[in-house]
Amino acid sequence: MADHAPTETFALRVQFDTEAQQKDASTLGMWIFLVTEIMFFGGLFAVYTVYRSWYPNVFAIASSSLNEIIGALNTGVLLLSSFTMVMAVRASQLGQQKMIVIFLILTLLFGGIFLGVKAYEWNQKFEEHHIPGQAAFHLDGVLPEGQGHAQLFFSIYFAMTGLHALHMVIGVGILLTLIVQARKGRFSASYYTPVDVAGLYWHFVDIIWIFLFPLLYLIDRHLVK
Amino acid sequence: MITAAAQERENYLNASHGLKSWFLTKDHKRIGLLYLATITLFFFIGGAFATLIRVELLTPQGNLVSSETYNKLFTMHGVMMIFFFLIPSIPAVLGNFFLPIMIGARDLAFPKLNLLSWYLLVVGGMFSLYAMLAGGVDTGWTFYTPYSTTYSNGYVIATALGIFIAGFSSILTGLNFIVTIHRMRAPGMTWFRMPLFVWAHYATSLIQVLGTPVLAVTIVLLFLERVFHLGIFDPARGGDPVLFQHLFWFYSHPAVYIMVLPAMGVVSEVISTFSRKAIFGYGFVAFSSVSIAVLGFLVWGHHLFVSGQSLFAGMVFSFLSYFVAIPSAIKVFNWTATLYKGSISFQTPMLYALGFIGLFTMGGLTGLFVAALGIDMHVTDTYFVVAHFHYIMVGGAIMGYMSGLHYWWPKMTGRMYPEAWARLSALVIFLGFNLTFFPQFILGYLGMPRRYHLYPPEFQVLNVLSTAGASVLAVGYLMPMIYFIWSLRYGKVAPVNPWGATGLEWKTSSPPPVHNFDETPVVTHDAYDYASLMAEEVEVG
Repeated sequence: MADHAPTETFALRVQFDTEAQQKDASTLGMWIFLVTEIMFFGGLFAVYTVYRSWYPNVFAIASSSLNEIIGALNTGVLLLSSFTMVMAVRASQLGQQKMIVIFLILTLLFGGIFLGVKAYEWNQKFEEHHIPGQAAFHLDGVLPEGQGHAQLFFSIYFAMTGLHALHMVIGVGILLTLIVQARKGRFSASYYTPVDVAGLYWHFVDIIWIFLFPLLYLIDRHLVK
Repeated sequence: MITAAAQERENYLNASHGLKSWFLTKDHKRIGLLYLATITLFFFIGGAFATLIRVELLTPQGNLVSSETYNKLFTMHGVMMIFFFLIPSIPAVLGNFFLPIMIGARDLAFPKLNLLSWYLLVVGGMFSLYAMLAGGVDTGWTFYTPYSTTYSNGYVIATALGIFIAGFSSILTGLNFIVTIHRMRAPGMTWFRMPLFVWAHYATSLIQVLGTPVLAVTIVLLFLERVFHLGIFDPARGGDPVLFQHLFWFYSHPAVYIMVLPAMGVVSEVISTFSRKAIFGYGFVAFSSVSIAVLGFLVWGHHLFVSGQSLFAGMVFSFLSYFVAIPSAIKVFNWTATLYKGSISFQTPMLYALGFIGLFTMGGLTGLFVAALGIDMHVTDTYFVVAHFHYIMVGGAIMGYMSGLHYWWPKMTGRMYPEAWARLSALVIFLGFNLTFFPQFILGYLGMPRRYHLYPPEFQVLNVLSTAGASVLAVGYLMPMIYFIWSLRYGKVAPVNPWGATGLEWKTSSPPPVHNFDETPVVTHDAYDYASLMAEEVEVG
């Protein structure tokens, strides 16, 4: 191929030979990024595993202090957002301009609800004095010598849900960008890679929560109740 | 007139002008040069800290700097050299510049991401530099808890944040390389026709992508503990500082291979070129890179032999550590076998590459010493360990970097460097390096601990030798700095293929055009096909 400074389009950047090659490369790039994310959260899961196995009783009590109903509802909201994200990808595959925008806005909405509920839950922790590092920290049902271990649980809780929420906020930013671009008619049946890879990211963040929910809210709950 | 016309040929350097054309460039070649300038600055800053350390150690009394200042000096030397020079060095400069050209691509898969990676390194470097200027940090480059989270009053957060940001630069570069190698190869460039430099970068990228995120989350937890008083590594609340060490070394041991694997890639290219012979055992050298990357993830525990890790874990990690020696030795033996009956010429890149083989072998063999539990108990935290890893990182990685820089300088700039001076620099660096670090093996064996600015008077002779060597080494590093810059204006104009090497980068002009090739190359031969290249030369006469 001659170096004739070809005219660049969104679907075919100058470094690629074909649109298919570019789409392939973008998708592979996002999958590799998700692998790095697995390693990132993997560090947290390792920390969780170590301390849960060291202090199972305190962790069970701390687990059961979380509101599993709210957690389950929030999980549902997040799954719903994944569904609307898939529909947005499908709408762009079919070139339905209006539907792309509608489904992206719905995804944004569900993501926002999740973050709102999360904020409410965090606020509860402040009111219940379940904030690690504070002198007032106290978890009912745990002996004084176990209070430190309970702090460990809530340290992990805040680190994990906090980093997950941060990923959600980044996802919200990506959705906003996509909505602006979709309204300009950027995406079509022949070019929808950004919606596609953003979808991959969104589902990944959902899946992280699917692991966090049982690990933090559900395991060993029955031992306490 | 012919030379004038040749000079006016459009290339990536003269295609556009002005600061904007550099700071907003998407050209992987220009980004490579931006990295070159940046990490050279970081190298000399890290070198300045090393100079102060060596001057302090001239005398047994700690009379130049206080012990607090000394703690900051070795911390900042380590942080600068590891995170801001060695890790980006070969991948971000030479890999960025040559990986796309070597596989016949017009650019990396994600040029904007590549530019972002450079900005991230600069911003990360600024954070760490700010910390150093504001008062420094004294935790050691390893940031062990609980000292770093609770007790140190240095600028831990700013430094760690700088490393966190630079980590994303590294991750994104690795991601970019992997996608480029998978999806951007020219027609005919099959996996087993790729130059070994590309294989080495593939393996390196795997480590960057899999390891760096673990360091990132570890730094986040450190940050949360220091700023928001979460307790994950806090022993007062049942947390475990050793867990921090596990997470830290899960990245930081493989990070050594991020530094040395690309250097091995350079050496494979250079040894083959200057022996005028195909590399011996191409497949073995290629897969040894990948297996070093994989095995590198299984040995981190050998940094924790004296940290209260269980004896069983220590034995397993010790055992696994020996396995890394196998692919490393495969490389050294194959390079040696390539030399055998080769038509060897001792030009500068070759001198550096041979220096690499010698010094890396020393570093690797002493690595076996410290992988043995019993010996490690004796030499842990002594100068033996310091000498060992400097043989790998300076004797290995930097020699490889210098070799590659000389080898590809004509292609990057279109100018030849002065050969005689360059050969002298290789010699000076080799001698200076050995004089600096060999005495440290003996010091460590005799029991001198690292990270103290005082030492018993009987160690003075060896320390003076080491400092003398460091001065020679400094001269050796300043020489290329001067003649490389000199060559930009006064160097001979470089031909397309000054070394008579195979490889696509030697088929395009020096310096290359903006999109690397006038026409997309079609690859019909294996890498290092010197046999048919020389047959052609015979036919042409």
